Amino acid sequence: MITLFDSFLLRAAFAGTGVAIAAAPLGCFVIWRRMAYFGDATAHASILGVALALGFQVPIFAGVLIIALLMATAVSSLSGRGFAMDTLLGVLAHSSLAFGLVAVSFLQGIRIDLMAYLFGDILAVSRMDLAVIWGGAALVLLLLWARWSALLTATLSPDLAYAAGINPKREQLVLTIALALVVAVAIKVVGVLLISALLLIPAAAARPFATTPERMAAIAAGIGALAALAGLQLSFMLDTPTGPTIVCVAAVLFALTNLGSTAYRQMAANSDRRT
Amino acid sequence: MHLISLQNLSVSYGGNTVLSNVTFGISPGEIVTIVGPNGSGKSTLLRSVIGAQVPSQGSVTRSPDLRIGYVPQKLHIDPTLPMTVRRFLSLPDRVTNQQATKALEQAGAGQLSNRQMADLSGGQFQRVLLARALLCQPQLLILDEATQGLDQPGSAAFYQQIESLRQTLGCAILMVSHELHVVMAASDRVICLNGHICCEGEPEHVASAPEYRALFGSGTQGALALYRHEHNHSHDHSCGHDHGLEEAISQASHAREETKR
Repeated sequence: MITLFDSFLLRAAFAGTGVAIAAAPLGCFVIWRRMAYFGDATAHASILGVALALGFQVPIFAGVLIIALLMATAVSSLSGRGFAMDTLLGVLAHSSLAFGLVAVSFLQGIRIDLMAYLFGDILAVSRMDLAVIWGGAALVLLLLWARWSALLTATLSPDLAYAAGINPKREQLVLTIALALVVAVAIKVVGVLLISALLLIPAAAARPFATTPERMAAIAAGIGALAALAGLQLSFMLDTPTGPTIVCVAAVLFALTNLGSTAYRQMAANSDRRT
Repeated sequence: MHLISLQNLSVSYGGNTVLSNVTFGISPGEIVTIVGPNGSGKSTLLRSVIGAQVPSQGSVTRSPDLRIGYVPQKLHIDPTLPMTVRRFLSLPDRVTNQQATKALEQAGAGQLSNRQMADLSGGQFQRVLLARALLCQPQLLILDEATQGLDQPGSAAFYQQIESLRQTLGCAILMVSHELHVVMAASDRVICLNGHICCEGEPEHVASAPEYRALFGSGTQGALALYRHEHNHSHDHSCGHDHGLEEAISQASHAREETKR
């Protein structure tokens, strides 16, 4: 039980739900457009952003945002140019992580807790961090809300979008920017290694219940927020690392919803056969 | 005044010229069909018309605020994306239930509103795509091999729907198809494409043009004569040569006359 609902826990709860609510609808697009690795590449590159931010003494949020934007833009401009996309993304994601880790080791005189950036440190969220997280989350949601219809059309088919006067490349850019923003705000909560999990798992868990894209995004946001809160409480009770615990809860929810819907469909099919 | 006009359009991908020097325009209310063998640049041409393909030379001019209804060749909806027919019709612009119902009826797809797109049959899917294209009240309806994957009665019914839509909506139609006979019967103008415009004109003219015969032979259309059963004339086949084309042309003009009446 959280009897010690101290302010740091309250802040952690707000931080977790903020990131989860922004990540879930974006995660739906990541799933629909099959760009899971795209999120990984962007997130992994952000450790390089951390190193550069510390090296040049600029705010970490800014460093991460810039590197994540650069990476996402590089990936989206390389896509559709005849490269084997999964290979290319694998190369970019892991080499940027490696370069980031090496760059961090060059930082002399600055002690940084690498684990905090790899797996997040939600319990150390400050008021300032919270403002950045909610500001970023609000910006992402606003961006998605404003472009929702165009984004969906471009996701269904670029040609349908062109015929309706929508430029799918611009919509891709909107998603790229939103993704960089989510990565930059989520690094504190779940860390660079698990950001993709927070994007993908709630959205995938929401799929069995959803009949329209909007419902999928809303359910995913709910599942994400639930995972963040339950994960926080569990990690407090079990003394486990918070970021990974949140992802574990989301994964269990994913298993439950998908197993549940499969069982339900089989039962429905069986009862159909009987009648 | 053309709805859309292409001036000396050329498109090349990485050194390969797919289209060269294509010039044509579409007038309001006109049905234009593009025929051509595989790899002749038909889809590239349509993509240039909708603005998805940047020409390497030449220009595409659309009349101001041109509303295009586009029915793609096929549309893959990722299984992870839940999408009801009703929701699909509201893309990209929201439409009222009344408008949605009307469009579905016009496209011959009534009653499908609450179904998931992924659960539709091929024919139902194409009709829903058509319904969506009608919702922007298009001045130009573009169909890219819209009957691919439909059986012959299915595609004949689909094209009949298109013809009746032209009459009720008065929109111009630009289509690409392999089903030469049906399509030619329904067209005002046929453009025979093979990297460039080989020949163009009324269906009768194109079907007898040597360039067209060189591409399609002269006997291939008889087997595709879907409208044959609507006309109760018969041919004497005792003279021993191939009647396919002549039959196709005569039926094409029959069908056209009926449309005009």
